[in-house]
Amino acid sequence: MEKIYAKKNIEKCKLVKTKPETIQFLLNYSKSLDITEAQGIKFETNMN
Amino acid sequence: MELQIEDSELVRDYISGDEKALEILINKHNQRITSFIYSKVLDRDVTEDIFQDTFIKVIKTLKKGNYSEEGKFLPWVMRISHNLIIDYFRKNKRMPMFEGSDDFNIFSVIGDDKLNAEKQIIKDQISSDLRVLVEELPDDQKEVLLMRIYKDMSFKEISENTGVSINTALGRMRYALINLRKIIEKHNIVLTS
Repeated sequence: MEKIYAKKNIEKCKLVKTKPETIQFLLNYSKSLDITEAQGIKFETNMN
Repeated sequence: MELQIEDSELVRDYISGDEKALEILINKHNQRITSFIYSKVLDRDVTEDIFQDTFIKVIKTLKKGNYSEEGKFLPWVMRISHNLIIDYFRKNKRMPMFEGSDDFNIFSVIGDDKLNAEKQIIKDQISSDLRVLVEELPDDQKEVLLMRIYKDMSFKEISENTGVSINTALGRMRYALINLRKIIEKHNIVLTS
């Protein structure tokens, strides 16, 4: 039991980073997203 | 010495249209946010999904001008990811997911015996083709074959119903099968899938 708990805790403390592809997707998403406001309503447009 | 730009400054730059500021913000907090999500879900793919959804919300909020800068960018992002983690667990509670391991596969226990759609279509096609071929047989042979195969009657029952001896019924069945094979060979019909 002791071993199982120890293993789980190590997993929880693991330092991880998001993949570069995910970051690239977010940056592209940000560039393509355009917010337009008309008569107080905000519209999202995604220009790919 | 590496120059650390304040989050508030980067957020302001991003809102004013500097896309590079977003990249700096993401890279600056990447490890902290990803590790936080991973510590809760313990799955790399789910972590990627939640990280992505978190920043989609961040991007939308900033671009819509709904973010109020109080010098708390990171706690705000962490709060969004925390809420998405809760959503993920709620969703999974409604639809529990079972993951098999190397020694145990859930489908070996819950698999059904039904044919898949393609095999079922092929089976139906073969059955309907066979019915057409059976119609080509002489009436006495056809009668015995239909009773035996489609009505699942014993040869004793067939003999009682047709008024012939069991041996005659057996003989008619034999000739019915021989004739069916002849028809199939003659017309080059393929009945197997």
